[in-house]
Amino acid sequence: MSEKFDVIVVGAGPAGTSCAFVCAKNGLNVLLIERGEYPGSKNVMGGVLYRKQMEELIPEFWKEAPLERPVIEQRFWMMDKESVVQFGYKGLEWGQEPYNNFTVLRAQFDQWFARKAVETGALLINETVVTECIVENGKVIGVRTDRPDGEVYADVVVLADGVNSLLGKQLGFHKEFRPDEVALTVMEVVNLPKEKINDRFNLEENQGCTVEIFGDSTKGNLGTAFLYTNKDSLNIGVGTTLSSMIKAKLKPYDLLDYLKTHPMVKPYLEGGESAEYLAHLIPEGGYRSVPKVAGNGVVVVGDAAQLVNAIHREGSNMAMSSGKMAAEAIIEAKKDDNYSEASLNRYKDALYGSFIMKDLEKYKDAAHIFEKHPQYLRDYVPMMNRAASKFFTVDGTSKREKQKEVLKSVTDERGTFKVLKDIYRAWKAVK
Amino acid sequence: MEENRGIWVFIEVTDGKVEGVSLELLGAGRKLADKLEVPLAGVLLGHDVRKISAKVIEYGADIVYMADHAVLELYRTEAFMKAVVAMAEKYKPEIFLYGATPNGKDLASAVATDLSTGLTADTTMLDVDPEKRLLEASRPAFGGNIMATILCKKHRPQMATVRPKVMKALEPDASRKGEVIEEEIHLEESEMRTKVLQIVKETTKTANLAEAHVIVAGGKGMGDKNGFMLIHELAKTIGATVGGTRDVVEAGWLPHDQQIGQTGETVTPKIYFAIGISGAIQHVVGMKNSELIIAINKDPDAPIFDVATYGLVGDAFEIVPQLIEKFKELIKEKGGEISYV
Amino acid sequence: MHIVVCVKQVPDTKIIKINPKTNTLDRRSAPAILNPYDAHAVQEAARIKSRTGGTVTVLSMGPPQAVAVIKKSVEIGADRGYLISDRAFAGADTLATSYALSKALEKIEQESPVDLVICGKHAIDGDTGQVGPGIARRIDIPPITNVIEVSKINSDEKKIVVKRKQLNGYELIESQIPCLLTVEKEINDIGYSPMPNMIKAARYEPVIWSVADLGEVDRAQLGLKGSPTIVGKMFSPPRPEGGKKIEGEPTEQIKELMKLLEEKIDLFCFKA
Ligand SMILES: Cc1cc2nc3c(=O)[nH]c(=O)nc-3n(C[C@H](O)[C@H](O)[C@H](O)COP(=O)(O)OP(=O)(O)OC[C@H]3O[C@@H](n4cnc5c(N)ncnc54)[C@H](O)[C@@H]3O)c2cc1C
Ligand SMILES: Cc1cc2nc3c(=O)[nH]c(=O)nc-3n(C[C@H](O)[C@H](O)[C@H](O)COP(=O)(O)OP(=O)(O)OC[C@H]3O[C@@H](n4cnc5c(N)ncnc54)[C@H](O)[C@@H]3O)c2cc1C
Ligand SMILES: Nc1ncnc2c1ncn2[C@@H]1O[C@H](COP(=O)(O)O)[C@@H](O)[C@H]1O
Repeated sequence: MSEKFDVIVVGAGPAGTSCAFVCAKNGLNVLLIERGEYPGSKNVMGGVLYRKQMEELIPEFWKEAPLERPVIEQRFWMMDKESVVQFGYKGLEWGQEPYNNFTVLRAQFDQWFARKAVETGALLINETVVTECIVENGKVIGVRTDRPDGEVYADVVVLADGVNSLLGKQLGFHKEFRPDEVALTVMEVVNLPKEKINDRFNLEENQGCTVEIFGDSTKGNLGTAFLYTNKDSLNIGVGTTLSSMIKAKLKPYDLLDYLKTHPMVKPYLEGGESAEYLAHLIPEGGYRSVPKVAGNGVVVVGDAAQLVNAIHREGSNMAMSSGKMAAEAIIEAKKDDNYSEASLNRYKDALYGSFIMKDLEKYKDAAHIFEKHPQYLRDYVPMMNRAASKFFTVDGTSKREKQKEVLKSVTDERGTFKVLKDIYRAWKAVK
Repeated sequence: MEENRGIWVFIEVTDGKVEGVSLELLGAGRKLADKLEVPLAGVLLGHDVRKISAKVIEYGADIVYMADHAVLELYRTEAFMKAVVAMAEKYKPEIFLYGATPNGKDLASAVATDLSTGLTADTTMLDVDPEKRLLEASRPAFGGNIMATILCKKHRPQMATVRPKVMKALEPDASRKGEVIEEEIHLEESEMRTKVLQIVKETTKTANLAEAHVIVAGGKGMGDKNGFMLIHELAKTIGATVGGTRDVVEAGWLPHDQQIGQTGETVTPKIYFAIGISGAIQHVVGMKNSELIIAINKDPDAPIFDVATYGLVGDAFEIVPQLIEKFKELIKEKGGEISYV
Repeated sequence: MHIVVCVKQVPDTKIIKINPKTNTLDRRSAPAILNPYDAHAVQEAARIKSRTGGTVTVLSMGPPQAVAVIKKSVEIGADRGYLISDRAFAGADTLATSYALSKALEKIEQESPVDLVICGKHAIDGDTGQVGPGIARRIDIPPITNVIEVSKINSDEKKIVVKRKQLNGYELIESQIPCLLTVEKEINDIGYSPMPNMIKAARYEPVIWSVADLGEVDRAQLGLKGSPTIVGKMFSPPRPEGGKKIEGEPTEQIKELMKLLEEKIDLFCFKA
């Protein structure tokens, strides 16, 4: 009685929509199911969209996608209580085609992207929660939704249901998180007139800036904060691993309030009006947390497969690429009408051979190291600030003496050997 | 258009009594008529309504156009519309006002269609430009966030429905003189396509939040579920609807659909009591457009006072019980109950 | 029974934002939705259809993207829908809207006679409630506004009995069919649409008509040209005079508050 599709994709985030898009484009009969009021309605992202992966799907997408600003400057702040050490890069070449990356508001971007998938032939259904996969003889044959007469069938079900992937958990692919495998991030969209943003960030029309903030932004806990420029709003957010939040008894909204009123941050937000609050988990487990990604009649993509590079805050790009690879595997599988795990493992192979798993492998120890050794954020950031303050304060001592002083103060505080060990460890983790 | 003169008010009658809004409109219409130096007329339809015409004059009308007919006994769009359209075509008023009640809106919409003229709904401010003889009917737009003035430049009569309780009625003056003009109308019961079978009076249930005229909202300051009962008690006394902050809902003192604010309902009642509510921005965005806000909070610096019309600084547990008593006295004094539609 | 439901796409006024400087609408802030009252109208039509059999057709006037509300109506239970969309309709007030919709209704009627037209009580962007009765006048059927229940419906005798909400209670009204109802939210609860409806809606391509498709139409009565009312100025609503803090002993505070409320006593409705 119920319909059968070639593919059912659960979740219209970047991963699911990419997969649906590619499948539909290749003539497959695709049903894309999203629980939100519309794609993106509840989705959260700091807001950097990488050009490359999106371009592979829709060439020159920047000509029509609802983007905020092309990012021409990336800043990094090592922030202490009343000071900050900054570095960064600004390049005008990023402000021209083909651009580097963009800030986006997910509510708009996801909606647009899903519309593109619909235009290529995918069927999109919103406000519908997939409650479970229908499994028969060890094979996923469809999904059950929370709607009356809610069963729908397909040759392949794609789990693109995001970080918490309840469906992945139900199938036993995905385990409950350990608190150190996920970060809880809260963010706010603050409306601010365009002119003010341009002034405060030293930008021109259609130029964007991202600021990553370390140190006191998380009160020294493992995590980071960000401040990104949209057209006429700012995204500000902060996240730490659940484990540090529990350990330090932090409340996420308190942390955001702390950040917003921090003397280094506040001037940027002055006069802004809070438009929206959002909270979301980010998978931080990296390489070791990636679950099984293909089974009989089912594949797992994007955050649901924990494909996030926490160090570089890359997620949407990995989501898109994984969605595309999954689609390609499904298209192949369709050719010989074989949707077994072995057949769909084409996707797994592609994934493990791609930049995604290579990047994740490279950083596989990073979060772990930082988690275990909180001194990087707790101690070194303030230390850097004190050092910079000493170095730049004009008080009659020579620069050479100052350098010595600075170095001495650092090693005094933690001991030379420890410092060297820390530096080595950090370098190994992210090299 | 030049021949259209005079201000008309539709007189709505229920159970032999004139609705308050019609009297208010006579008050408002009087001002417009004086400004334009034209007569003010009441349009009185019904069965056995002759005796009411005197009252219409007492409240400010110079003329009463009356149609008294069995078919007009109870309001029905078709019958009333036909009678009113016939009168308007004959006497050509330039402005025609109706109460924004179910019947008033229904009638005005049908009449405007037949007369092919403009109709402004739910007006809350009325004025007139005497030079251009233009009615300036202003009303809240986009969920009450903004006011818009609606004009009807090229068609007559200029029509508007007006919200009850925003205009002021005049003090009745029994010595006022006016003329009653009775109209012959030609209606047959057999031609009517609708029939009122029954009228059922119901004591109004408290409205849902979005439509409530008075809301009593409580916050975390009420201490616990028990303390929150005081909110329910005050609401019950004055026939208001209960609302609360997210914290209250999360604490389980109120069901979710009674949360007011960014992630709850947006409300625009006439009166909003905010009791034990700090006034966080997420709450305030959902209630700041209330007409009158009364805040009770023991912290004099609570941000709720920035939006409150009247702020009572003090302990809710001392103030609210006394407030309830005072309202009870007042209701007794007025002899009846409070209700809102 | 052939039931036609008029549905309108409106900005969600709950979240709409106004630019305080220019007093214009921040369109970006307001997602477009199916007018909530119209959702109840479609639901009621589907319920009537389940009793009497027949077809539910929805009709909307609006920009091309308003096909979304027709699809939404199919989710709720409509069988099909028409969107009339044309530059000539733009800027219509309620008089011009009811004219255009009545012309489309006449066209729908040519294909299959209409027994019942249902509208929402009002559209939340304009809050007027004038379009429904306007349509009824133009196609000369009786309007019944503020309906909270369809109590009886007899398609053979062509009779319907409904409850109409009144100031204090309700009226029971009998009417001939065809007639036009405008419905309140109380009339039903919007159910959770079944999956097959969702799939049908996702696939459904509404028919779009331009003015030319409507046959004989007096263009002077359409859109801005056909609208007698115009919007003059927009301004911020007068804020409550605000900020009067009353301190001191509770008894005194209450006394003062009651005195202030005395002047506002008309905000309360006392019933004898
Ligand atoms: C605060 C924050 C900042 C970030 N910043 C960046 C950044 O700057 N750049 C970047 O590239 N990445 C960033 N990321 C990561 C990025 O957001 C994710 O990696 C990306 O969104 C993953 O895409 P996805 O499609 O896998 O999952 P999601 O975007 O989470 O989409 C999952 C979708 O599935 C739907 N869904 C879930 N369950 C069901 C169900 N049972 N039934 C139906 N639908 C369901 C959801 O509603 C949702 O639409 C950030 C993340 C966070 C939280
Ligand atoms: C994303 C997000 C969305 C949100 N959405 C909403 C929303 O939709 N609606 C909402 O309401 N909130 C919302 N909030 C929560 C909001 O920020 C506040 O936390 C909440 O409104 C506070 O509720 P409160 O005023 O009841 O409690 P509190 O802030 O705890 O205030 C209690 C007040 O009671 C006063 N008080 C204490 N005792 C007494 C007494 N005996 N007599 C008189 N006064 C007393 C205190 O002085 C204090 O001002 C949201 C928050 C976030 C982050
Ligand atoms: N553009 C439109 N298209 C279809 N129906 C409409 C339109 N405008 C109004 N209506 C119908 O008329 C009702 C009342 O609208 P309004 O008079 O604008 O408050 C709505 O609930 C709809 O049923």
